[in-house]
Amino acid sequence: MSVDLASGAGSETAFREWLEKAARNAEGFVIPVGALVAGLAVFGAFLLFLGKSPFDFYALVYKAGFGTAFSWENTLSRTAPLLLAALCVALPARLGLVVIGGEGAIVLGGVAAGAFAMFAPDLPGPAGMVGMALFAACAGGIWIGLAGALRHLRGVNETISSLLMAYIAIAIMNHLVEGPFRDPASLNKPSTAPLAESWRIGSIPGFDVHWGLAVGVVACIVSWVLIERTSWGFAARIAGGNVRAAQVQGLPVGRLIIGFTALGGAFAGIAGMIEVAAVHGSANGSLAAGYGYTGILIAFLARHNPLAIIPVAMLLAGFEASSGLVQRRMDLPDATVLVLQGFVFVAILLSDTLYGRFKLFQPELWSRS
Amino acid sequence: MKAGRKDKAAIGVETVGMTMRFGAFTALDNVSIKVKAGSFHALLGENGAGKSTLVKCIMGFYHPTSGQIMIEGREVEIPDPRTAHAHGLGMVYQHFTLVPSLTAAENLVISRDDAPEMIDWRRENDNLESFMETMPFRVPLNQPVNRLAAGEKQKLELLKQLYLGRRFLILDEPTSVLTPAEADELLGMVRGLTETGALTVLMISHKFREVTAFADEVSVLRRGSFVGGGKVSDLDHADMAAMMIGEKELQKTAERFGAVGEPILTVNKVRASDRSGLKSIRIEDLTIRAGEIVGIAGVSGNGQMELMEILAGQRPYSAGEIRVENEPFSATRAEAREFHVRYLPEEPLRNACAPRMSVTENLAFRTFDVNDAGKTRFWIDRGRMGEAARELIAAFKVKTASPESPIESLSGGNVQRAVLARELTGEVDLLIISNPCFGLDFSAVAEIRARIMTARNAGAAVLLISEDLDEILELSDRVLVMSEGAIVYQTPIAQASVAEIGKHMAGHA
Repeated sequence: MSVDLASGAGSETAFREWLEKAARNAEGFVIPVGALVAGLAVFGAFLLFLGKSPFDFYALVYKAGFGTAFSWENTLSRTAPLLLAALCVALPARLGLVVIGGEGAIVLGGVAAGAFAMFAPDLPGPAGMVGMALFAACAGGIWIGLAGALRHLRGVNETISSLLMAYIAIAIMNHLVEGPFRDPASLNKPSTAPLAESWRIGSIPGFDVHWGLAVGVVACIVSWVLIERTSWGFAARIAGGNVRAAQVQGLPVGRLIIGFTALGGAFAGIAGMIEVAAVHGSANGSLAAGYGYTGILIAFLARHNPLAIIPVAMLLAGFEASSGLVQRRMDLPDATVLVLQGFVFVAILLSDTLYGRFKLFQPELWSRS
Repeated sequence: MKAGRKDKAAIGVETVGMTMRFGAFTALDNVSIKVKAGSFHALLGENGAGKSTLVKCIMGFYHPTSGQIMIEGREVEIPDPRTAHAHGLGMVYQHFTLVPSLTAAENLVISRDDAPEMIDWRRENDNLESFMETMPFRVPLNQPVNRLAAGEKQKLELLKQLYLGRRFLILDEPTSVLTPAEADELLGMVRGLTETGALTVLMISHKFREVTAFADEVSVLRRGSFVGGGKVSDLDHADMAAMMIGEKELQKTAERFGAVGEPILTVNKVRASDRSGLKSIRIEDLTIRAGEIVGIAGVSGNGQMELMEILAGQRPYSAGEIRVENEPFSATRAEAREFHVRYLPEEPLRNACAPRMSVTENLAFRTFDVNDAGKTRFWIDRGRMGEAARELIAAFKVKTASPESPIESLSGGNVQRAVLARELTGEVDLLIISNPCFGLDFSAVAEIRARIMTARNAGAAVLLISEDLDEILELSDRVLVMSEGAIVYQTPIAQASVAEIGKHMAGHA
């Protein structure tokens, strides 16, 4: 039945509309959560097969990731780069692009930050941080923006080009930190020169988590506002929803593609800068820690909604934080958490086929009295 | 019918009272056609006349609502394409179904139902060689298919059907991707095969020239019904066009008022390549004035779609000039806004909407980035967007469960109403429309045509590209005919004659 809108909406209509809206929105929540639970359950079966107790495992993950103030601090410190890495997937995804090479932007962002510190070491702390962030954002933005530009101008598949470019980025980083940018004092682990203490990003007062977390959360909120509340975001959603319709409307599809991929890359670049300035103290091989790849999983779990990325990133960060304890207590290899992520990712991808299959989520069911 | 034929000979196929309904829509209404063994039979009709539905019923892709299929005079059940193949029925599609990276020989062998798990290539090659000996034409067997020209590929498709032992072939516009010379060669070969009695052919075509030159008999469908046919030698193009288009009276057109004004759109000597890249689009001089509807008629695939794309800025052109209100126009958002140019592409859900975005959002595509003063804005205003959507939904009677429903959940007519609501509000100086009523039900059609007429009466210049001649005749002030990428005929509606238009559509003046 259709609702006659011309005759004014009564309270009953309003209630039904609310129900419809709830039904429509519930689908986007229930299906990913269901897929997450299914992925965890299948992984549990895998543990049983290995002769380990899945209940012990999940209890341990909970304890190590979220059980104590210390574990929360550990988890949240890892959340910061994941938030930004997930945005590098989620922003292009709103235009219908699947960019999976955020790792490359993180790595280059870290190197750019280290390089900035080498070439302008005399700046005061705050200026140094801003300079590092700008350099990192440019490096990451150009790198991922290039994948977007290749897609728009040459029809190159952005998924493959961004992934391959991530390997190039890692090779460039290795070349630079082992060659031109190497601090001669770094013997065992080639690195850029250590940052001055005043350039290091400190902790948020009151608990032992660096300011990178705040940067990541703000980036997610800004991204959400950009997509949902601005005309640029709206234009991007049109182009992502149907590029032909966007062209007929005369929207600048190419600029949108390059702009959104570059913005995503800039966020990932800043993640690299934060790793350098808050965690490692210099740029080195530790930058390629796989945050870019975990970010893919987070963005898909969050259905590319920047606000949903925040809790999902915390959850995945908690899993990663627990890997050491799991290794020690249960005698499982530390790659176990990667296997877990893999199971969850496959479940998420499979769940994509379930949208629109459940009557319960169809607003029409609720619009009938 | 000859008796005691050997197994390899052509077979005759007949449909008896074939009816196919999709819901309330009748795609085929009691169609009986008889294709004699060894004949070359053409099936003519406009888009949506039911030709594809009919052959899909014969091939077992569709199950007709009622009616029978007779093969060699015996009634048969064809529940699926596999059964059709077993009876010796085959089909060559408009587009290629070969594996491009495999050679012709590999394509032939793997297409067999009984292709062995292990292929003995020496034996297969010998078999293929001796098979080719019996064929009147050859295709290089050991080249990958992607290196063959389009004409060669289409020949290979034909060979494949013969190799698979098909003795009744349906050709679905087999020449649409071929050059005229390739088309003539291919159809000549097909004709040769029917003359030797090895094959019966039923060819779907839009092209009268091919029908006259190669077919023995013709059947014409219109709006799902069989409307005539007979021996090709007894019919000329005008007869066939009349059957295809119908003995239509010029319909009483909707009320028109207002005078024709200044030229709004001028297209001058524009050149572009078409979809296939083989043929060119040539628009010498096209002028649309304020307050008139110019209809472009033509058989599907003669460059209308490309013209629409050129005007919408989606297809680059190599020469010539497009001007709107005497200023160069390249279809950017700013220009379209300044000159009040609106587009209604065909299949609106596919070409003018983001299917998963809500009706409200789809209704805002044109205006989300401007404020009341017409200046671009950075922040979108959800509240105003919702308000505007409610007004448009009410004014254009769009039936939707809620303004927040995804637009893909709407029926075709309501999607088109929503797009019209978006594009026809505010001042419209130039309206460019393609097949606005394709696939819509009767009531939606009348309403949408009335909206277009209202826009014209309000002073808009309207370019209407349509494959539905009724629509063109009902709405246009001037009728143009497009054929082979060029505008080949033009007439004011008062002097329009269906026969004359039909002849030009058929490509023969």
